[in-house]
Amino acid sequence: MFYEDKIYICLRFNKNGDKKMKKEIIGISICMLFLMGCISEGNKTQTLSLAGSTTVEPIASRVAEVYMEKHPDAKVTIQGGGSGTGIKMVGEGTADIGNASRKIKDKEKDLYPDLVGTIIAYDGIAVVVHPLNSVENLTKQQLQDIYAGKIRNWKELGGEDMEIVVITRAEGSGTRDTFIELVMNKGKIEETSSVLQKPSNGAVKATVAGNENAIGYIGLGYVDSSVKSIKIDDVTPSSATVKGGTYPISRALYMYTKGTPSGLAKDFIDFILSSEGQNIVEEIGFIRID
Amino acid sequence: MKTEKIVEKILLIFALSATLVIFLIIIFLFKEGLPILKKEGLGFILGKIWNPGKEIYGALTFIVGSLSVTFLALLIAVPLGVSCALFLAEIAPKRAESLFRPVIELLAGIPSVVYGMFGLIVIVRFIKVSFDVPTGETVLACSIVLAVMILPIIISVSEDAIKSVPRIYKEGSFALGATHWQTMKRVILPTASSGITASIILAMGRAIGETMAVVLVLGNVEMIPKSLLNPAEALTSVILLEMGEAPVGGTHYQALFAVGIILFIIVMILNIISMKIGVRKK
Repeated sequence: MFYEDKIYICLRFNKNGDKKMKKEIIGISICMLFLMGCISEGNKTQTLSLAGSTTVEPIASRVAEVYMEKHPDAKVTIQGGGSGTGIKMVGEGTADIGNASRKIKDKEKDLYPDLVGTIIAYDGIAVVVHPLNSVENLTKQQLQDIYAGKIRNWKELGGEDMEIVVITRAEGSGTRDTFIELVMNKGKIEETSSVLQKPSNGAVKATVAGNENAIGYIGLGYVDSSVKSIKIDDVTPSSATVKGGTYPISRALYMYTKGTPSGLAKDFIDFILSSEGQNIVEEIGFIRID
Repeated sequence: MKTEKIVEKILLIFALSATLVIFLIIIFLFKEGLPILKKEGLGFILGKIWNPGKEIYGALTFIVGSLSVTFLALLIAVPLGVSCALFLAEIAPKRAESLFRPVIELLAGIPSVVYGMFGLIVIVRFIKVSFDVPTGETVLACSIVLAVMILPIIISVSEDAIKSVPRIYKEGSFALGATHWQTMKRVILPTASSGITASIILAMGRAIGETMAVVLVLGNVEMIPKSLLNPAEALTSVILLEMGEAPVGGTHYQALFAVGIILFIIVMILNIISMKIGVRKK
């Protein structure tokens, strides 16, 4: 009652000033729209924005911390969003560096032909289950069948009689793309009511850690004691097996720039590739390239 | 006199900039999404299949997902919130009220991703264990999380509305021999009803537009949920999860903007309905 009354009273009292107010409003709106169009892009040399893969994110964040300590005038910001988002943002110019946990796709190369990728680390994709799950090892075929919906119960794999809850990432995730390429052989991941999509590595890990029925895939650097990583074809995922090439689900982590890296982007990427940067990569749980 | 005119103009500019920004966002949204709505027509809203690979876009699954969690969240939060507001405004001693108020407003300031992680780790787990379902990511879990998120909005705005009821009404009611509860039920609540309705509109807007908490807790399974214990996907989640993958300017991109238009229209419709209810209550 009181809201409508107040508005009614305001409108009544303003009838006299109405016409003049209308002209003023229109005039000022036009001026403001004109001004908005005139604002030019600011200078980007002291700020560096990265976006994209949630797998690369922890590396980029930690390196950025150290980098900003060494270069107090530089400001580095990092966002997630998935590899697809990262490549799109750097291609469109809304980010300086696009993080990706996969190589650029042909469709993307057609849209953004001048993107250049630099490998900054190697990573394995660990398949994880709840720590109380008794299953220790899966063959690649079994893993493929689980995600294709052909195996639906843990008892078919020697575990308890529980429905398998499959956790996957959304499209646009580089981790998902690599998984589909290397495990599913580009086949489809089944879409049933037991296949849940999560927006980041962290969310997948938290989901699997809290659900005895769940199975999911995350970057090796994300594995900790809250989840149990499974052996694939009897190979345990670790830095050694990824580097040695024996672990079947491994990939390179990229940073994409428009053209060869220059300016602050080049400095930052060079820092990651330096031995100090690679020490940080290893510290976080990923595999160094040297 | 001159400074007064200048101040007036400055305030006008501020007011206009807010309005202008909203208009520009709406124009941009419609510009990007309208072409595909025109092409697909009603099929976009009623179609059940969403398959960007085959260029089939039907958003019914997500509409049902979003609306079901929002309404269930309101069902939980409105009785709780209005009762709490009534309690704080009418029954609680002054010191208790001044303790609860800042705590409730603190709740409103917690980032939604924190609510999402809390929901994932606590509520989803609770539902999995209590109902013995394979996974706790369900409509029920999402509604509970959303209810907690919108509770502070309902409580603060309703409490303000209840406190704004003129004392004369209350005193008159007591003078006529009514008990405190009779006064609350027949005098205070009806008088405050438009404010309470306003709080419900705000809460609905927040719940329908909530992205991060929902995407962590709802499971994002592209199926219309058959029960409260099924996972689902919301309109906001599909935009969040698929925008990264959609090539700029392509049909998938336009379809996602069209989903944004649907969200906008739903909020508009809910607002209009609530305004009509608010006016009628006089």
